[in-house]
Amino acid sequence: MNDPTARPALRATAIGQRFRGNQALHDCDFEIPAGRISALVGPNGAGKSTLFHLATGLLRPTTGEIRVFGALPGSRAARARTAFVSQDKPLYPQFTVAEMLSVGRRLSPRHWDQAKAERIVGEGGIPPKSRIGTLSGGKRTRVALALALGKQADLLLLDEPLADLDPLVRHEVMGLLMAEAADRGITVVISSHVLPELENVCDHVLLLRDGRIRLAGDAQDLREAHTRLTGRADPGTPDGLPRGADRGAVVHATTTGRQLTALLRNAPGSPLPSGVDERWITATPSLEELLLAHLRSGPRSAAHGAEAAA
Amino acid sequence: MIEFQVDRHSGVATYLQLVSQVKQALRLGVLEPGDRLPTARAVVEATAINPNTVLKAYRELEREGLVEPRPGQGTFVTRSLSRPEAAADSPLRADLVDWVTRAHAAGLGREDVLALVEAALAQAAARPPRPAGSAGPGTQRPSREDTT
Repeated sequence: MNDPTARPALRATAIGQRFRGNQALHDCDFEIPAGRISALVGPNGAGKSTLFHLATGLLRPTTGEIRVFGALPGSRAARARTAFVSQDKPLYPQFTVAEMLSVGRRLSPRHWDQAKAERIVGEGGIPPKSRIGTLSGGKRTRVALALALGKQADLLLLDEPLADLDPLVRHEVMGLLMAEAADRGITVVISSHVLPELENVCDHVLLLRDGRIRLAGDAQDLREAHTRLTGRADPGTPDGLPRGADRGAVVHATTTGRQLTALLRNAPGSPLPSGVDERWITATPSLEELLLAHLRSGPRSAAHGAEAAA
Repeated sequence: MIEFQVDRHSGVATYLQLVSQVKQALRLGVLEPGDRLPTARAVVEATAINPNTVLKAYRELEREGLVEPRPGQGTFVTRSLSRPEAAADSPLRADLVDWVTRAHAAGLGREDVLALVEAALAQAAARPPRPAGSAGPGTQRPSREDTT
């Protein structure tokens, strides 16, 4: 499913976005490889929605350049290959489900798959004649996804698709998306605050904080480049970390009583951070632990991270 | 057909969970040679996991010689891991069920039973192998490599 020679689905080169003097994105460089399921993670206001709007051509970057399969977002070529489900799922409330699907068909007549769109709606137990405005949040999400998937796009951008859905519907919707990924090898970018849900879904990560990329790459590689450390806090150091540990490699650390829990970057070419010996319990962090630590890491260690990456 | 269960909090890599569930099904005879594994699409639709994880698990099973992909048809079981000694009606299994019942009656819980089985396995492994002539029935078979 992953062809390394394929052109990336998204490539951003030094993009910046400024709104009325506020810098929403700073000098972001990243690639989303084709055929991957990518997580876009970050606190509110980090720039996630701005990034989606840039990728769909709803916004033009103030500086730098973004490309979708090599084309400019908003161009005919890029629009045909991109589907975007925004957080507020803009559907016409007075339309029926069937009318909404025919809008989708008219907007992308060449690639539209009516049978698939109808199946997705039907499997959710949504009668085609019901009005959008009367549907529950979960069913509206299903209709929005039927529109996005019916379009047969190659890049699916989903801004908080699971917010406001009950756990059963979340699982169902995620299953639907993964089945589409299995069928067509599409690229999916999902922004979410619900980190545990990304664990078995995403194989690629983009973490934004304060308008900057803090973490980007293959989920497994990133996990294996970090170590979770637990043990008895070293009484001889102010932060409880092992004396020889490289403080610049610390992403996040807390001590509770005598216990220290920390997430550190591994030393280059080593499965462990420098200065950590066998007295400590070490483990490869889960994706959720990795993302949480990077979201929690203070501005000081974030600065270290930027140095390490430079 | 096999239905996969994914435990998100087990700490075991998801693809390895799938691999060991297939092996378990092969041991118990739930899956037999010639059976088709569910398609990646069917698995991810039911479990909501990344399709690449399923493909990785199937590649691992293929590498171990347990399944083979047939282009356009799916992935098929080629080898069984089931042994008559482990079948539902085998004497060994009946003995073990008896023993577990006695252990429960004696107040041992699941964890205690598992610990005892582990200990017994370790004890048997530490014992020097018996000379070939005096080996009882069934003990001459080399022990299977267990990778789960």
